Amino acid sequence: MARSRRTRSVLAVFASAALLATGVAACGSDDNTSGELYKNPVTLTWWHNANQDGPGKDYWKKVADDFHALHPTVTIEIEAIETNALQRTRIPAALQSNDPPDIFQAWGGGEIVDQVAADYLKDITDQTKAEVASIGSAAEIWAVDGRQYGLPFRMGIEGFWYNKAMFAQAGITKVPSTLAELNEAVTKLKAINVIPIAVGAGDKWPAAHYWYNFALRDCSVATLRAATKEQKFDDPCFVKAGEDLQAFLATNPFQDNFIATKAQEGANSSAGLVANRKAAMELMGDWNKGVMETLTPDRKGLGDDLGWFPFPGIEGSPGDPKASLGGGDGFACAKNAPAECVEFLKYIVSVDVQKGYAAAGVGIPVAKGAEAGLTDPVLQTIQQATAQASYTQLWLDTAYGSTIGNAMNDGIIKIFAGAGTPQQVVDQMKAAAQK
Amino acid sequence: MTAIHSTVDPAGRAHARPAGPRPPSGGDGGRAGTDSAAAARAARNRRKWLEIVGFSAPATIVYAMFVLVPMAFAFYYSLFRWRGVGAPTDFRWFNNYKLAFEDPVFVDALTNNAIIVVGSLLIQGPLALGIALLLNRRFFGRSVFRALVFVPYVLAEVTVGIMWGLILVKGGELDTVLQSAGLGSWIRPWLADQDLVIWTLLGILTWKYLGFAIILFLAGLSNVPEELSEAAAIDGASWWQIQRHVTIPLLGPTIRIWMFLSIIGSLQVFDVIWVVSAASMRSLGASATMATYMVDNGFFARLWGYGNAIAMILFIISFTAGLLFQRFVLRRDIEGALTGRGRRAVKLRGGK
Repeated sequence: MARSRRTRSVLAVFASAALLATGVAACGSDDNTSGELYKNPVTLTWWHNANQDGPGKDYWKKVADDFHALHPTVTIEIEAIETNALQRTRIPAALQSNDPPDIFQAWGGGEIVDQVAADYLKDITDQTKAEVASIGSAAEIWAVDGRQYGLPFRMGIEGFWYNKAMFAQAGITKVPSTLAELNEAVTKLKAINVIPIAVGAGDKWPAAHYWYNFALRDCSVATLRAATKEQKFDDPCFVKAGEDLQAFLATNPFQDNFIATKAQEGANSSAGLVANRKAAMELMGDWNKGVMETLTPDRKGLGDDLGWFPFPGIEGSPGDPKASLGGGDGFACAKNAPAECVEFLKYIVSVDVQKGYAAAGVGIPVAKGAEAGLTDPVLQTIQQATAQASYTQLWLDTAYGSTIGNAMNDGIIKIFAGAGTPQQVVDQMKAAAQK
Repeated sequence: MTAIHSTVDPAGRAHARPAGPRPPSGGDGGRAGTDSAAAARAARNRRKWLEIVGFSAPATIVYAMFVLVPMAFAFYYSLFRWRGVGAPTDFRWFNNYKLAFEDPVFVDALTNNAIIVVGSLLIQGPLALGIALLLNRRFFGRSVFRALVFVPYVLAEVTVGIMWGLILVKGGELDTVLQSAGLGSWIRPWLADQDLVIWTLLGILTWKYLGFAIILFLAGLSNVPEELSEAAAIDGASWWQIQRHVTIPLLGPTIRIWMFLSIIGSLQVFDVIWVVSAASMRSLGASATMATYMVDNGFFARLWGYGNAIAMILFIISFTAGLLFQRFVLRRDIEGALTGRGRRAVKLRGGK
């Protein structure tokens, strides 16, 4: 009796293991790449980074529901994941595992080059010609060797966010358009006892962005393009960027303890200092308005006192003064995702959906005509500046990929800490390229 | 945690042994019974092995799947130059290990780990012992104090990190308190000074884990028989003398186990450092530990092969430290569980 019961339980274990195995196999073969669109029911898994409750997360939910209503055969399962966890562990691990989400967040630049080299992504060039034309040059960031592998849904250039009331009080009548004018503004702001510029150097990248902007002014567009493509940083303009940064740091424009100040957490973060009227300016991307609003007790940030101007040009520098630094977010489809994935991606960047995205106030849309949805005057200013930029350089750490990007940011932080040299930044980048 | 399991587990097995298969009945079976006796013994042996395999298989499988196999993979990946995209193909032998020791930031991380290991032992140990001895006396509100002392340990690391981050920021609560106490000149950039930050972090870690040491010591103290201190008191020993010569020596095993857990925890410390101290301070080497260095390089710099090499180094250091500590310090406490086992078995067999 005892033995037969044992045999039976062993059999049960085997049976359940077999069931599990077939279940896993079924999950794997779920993706149906062939066949007509919208004929067979498909489920698209969608990983995005709007994990905080708020308009961004709500809007993506609405987009998924609307698409399902239009095409009932397509069900969309959303997973919203914190951006660093998503981009640095979840997506790379899922792509390794051969069971990736169908559509997922893509930063573009160096990351997408690597992902394409490993054959992870669906080539969407032929299906998205109209969308790429509407988006313009920003779409290049999600393209590799002329083939399109993803599309952006938001894109914006970086600039100084400033407090108009403080500028008026300090007697600054016109926003700085050259570095000399910026230095002058810093002096005037010190005179009224406010922090001229807040920087979240604790998070590294907000500090590194100063170096990127100097590189943008010191290097020609051709040099920047070549650096991204060939990952060669021999041009002396990259060392010059570090020297310019050292000169700028010598004017002492930042708050005390800036080396450990975080960018977005709490009232003492760099965004918090501007939002709470302790600092006059912060160099930051287009998302900063929303961040600042969360950091004041009334959730309004600086309200009508908030202004924005692009990074000033440098007199006599070889760079294009109308070139700007920026970045965006996009989505890509996994190689074996169903064809409906591409349709959904196109839907996300269609003008009406983009208008709704703009109206949600969480970012600047990319599709032509969608800017009409923007209601906030500051975001309208940034959108116009983005559209007018002669060349938009993607954040250098994204453009060069995480490995070189991280080494570059570490080198720049050493300059901020007073412990590094401009040459070291370039040396560290070259060393990382070999790692 | 593994340490606790490994000491408890063999002890459990040691208990189970006498309760195992019983000696055969009818022990005086003559020469004629030898064959059947041998068959019966073989059957019993088979059953015993079935039982051993049956009961240990689930744990062994789980252990192998979630500990041994990942470790083997980590070692395998650590030999490649690999950025986590596609399969690892660029085999480089031990180059990643060499690169690690050439990186001054990793050496800084090792130094910081050493500071935390030694600092935790030297500060937390005596402090926790003193507080535990005090809390072991009878006084009004004792249980309230005991609970309060344990609170920091119960709080989640991330909560503690965010809280201390807000307290220690320039113009934060600590600076305000110092200012109003007339100690404004003591104010320092607690988290922004490259030389100071590791000591600030050590302070936070002490605050966080002190309660754990105290609760362990209190548990140990409750096992010290009261008769001994009573006898000493009757012989005229003072409270101090009793603590020094009776209580603390009897607390030895508890203190040694706490030291073991503290060393391993200090070598692997991650959460509090990650949350309290800024990414910039980690990059500069001022606040990096082996674990934060591993995540910064493995995930943020996307050097998966290199990150695995760091993980292996961290594992080897922790494992070696654990083994050495068990071999030389914990020897008496876990005798029969790990260290003396083989020898005792030989002795028993020899005695028969």
